Amino acid sequence: MYDKGKVLTGLAIFVAIVTFPVWYDLVHAQHVPKLEKPTLSKKCVADIAYMRTSHMVLLDNWRNEVVREEKRKMIDVEGKPYAKSLQMGCMKCHPDQKKFCDECHTYADVDPFCWDCHFQPQKETK
Amino acid sequence: MDVKRRNFLKIAGLSAAAGLGASSAFTQLFKGDALASEEGHGGETAGHAAPAQGEHKAEDTEFQYGMVIDIPKFAANKGLAEKCIAACHYEHNVPDFGNPKDEIKWIWLDDYEHSFPDASQYKRNAGLNDLPVLLTCNHCANPPCVRACPTQATFKNDHGVVIMDFHRCIGCRFCMAACPYGARSFNWRNPREQYANGNYKFFKHGLNPNYPTRMRGVVEKCNFCPERLAVGKPPACVEATGDTKAMVFGNINDPNSEIAKVLNSNFTIQRNPAAGTKPSVFYII
Repeated sequence: MYDKGKVLTGLAIFVAIVTFPVWYDLVHAQHVPKLEKPTLSKKCVADIAYMRTSHMVLLDNWRNEVVREEKRKMIDVEGKPYAKSLQMGCMKCHPDQKKFCDECHTYADVDPFCWDCHFQPQKETK
Repeated sequence: MDVKRRNFLKIAGLSAAAGLGASSAFTQLFKGDALASEEGHGGETAGHAAPAQGEHKAEDTEFQYGMVIDIPKFAANKGLAEKCIAACHYEHNVPDFGNPKDEIKWIWLDDYEHSFPDASQYKRNAGLNDLPVLLTCNHCANPPCVRACPTQATFKNDHGVVIMDFHRCIGCRFCMAACPYGARSFNWRNPREQYANGNYKFFKHGLNPNYPTRMRGVVEKCNFCPERLAVGKPPACVEATGDTKAMVFGNINDPNSEIAKVLNSNFTIQRNPAAGTKPSVFYII
């Protein structure tokens, strides 16, 4: 092989550049989101896997049912009633927006606009 | 072909007459078919009772919430109207921007002349204009705002209440143009602007943590407190009138309801009834 040294060096540099995203991510690994678990109750209105992937669908359906169809009946989970509401339902068990909602939303780089209008419990006093 | 001018005109005239006659004859003969095909083209209207063209009519609901506002009782109880406004605006976190250009109002005061401009003002009793007339959304049985809304953010629910789904509002303000009563307000500014210390700037009556605010670019108006009705409470303004009976609220389509009896035993007027919107708010003057 001619110019063995040059070719191998070039190849090494090429591989290093192409695999850079992988290296970079290994060094600067982001922490995997860890949600604050509710202390008040053990069971959610739907199973965890569904809530993890589709809580926004659930919230959308709740909104349509409550606002448009007047179906405001509380959801019963193991004898405990939960309001079909972000502010009056979800936030009762998950009171901290930063530790619960934002934890994943920041990681996944999504920016829902719930908090433009709804309140999180901490802001009550202001 | 050699056609004389005279013959050409004769044939043209006859054909035109035949053409005009034919279309009306066809519609007479095949009336049923013609209507059926028209409905088929209508797409969206198919299935509904086809409304006559130019006529817009929402279907009446069996249950229709309405309100009777007794103006003399408000005049006798000084400050009661202001109390109602404060109760409503606290309940729903209605911001006060302190500036009529940006004003947001769910329920407000005006004088007789401007509340009922279609009533005759000729030789009107001058004292009438000193009455506190409380105005709010009329929750029309035939609401023009609902027709105007391109996203169905505003709609009439099963109880005949015209409601806003703020999530869906795109801020086009067609509904504001459509409403003949000026009952809708637009959020030109962010109602949740804060001071440096974190306090909100515009919630004059304090903040109700149980009801959300709105965001900039959303239209809002009175919604007859569905969240309170759901738990058996009257609307906030009605509750604020206490035992004065200055406001009576209920189902106007139920002949046994209190409001139906009040309507039946009093002379009431409505705002701009000629608009054909069938307002559900009635006034005793």
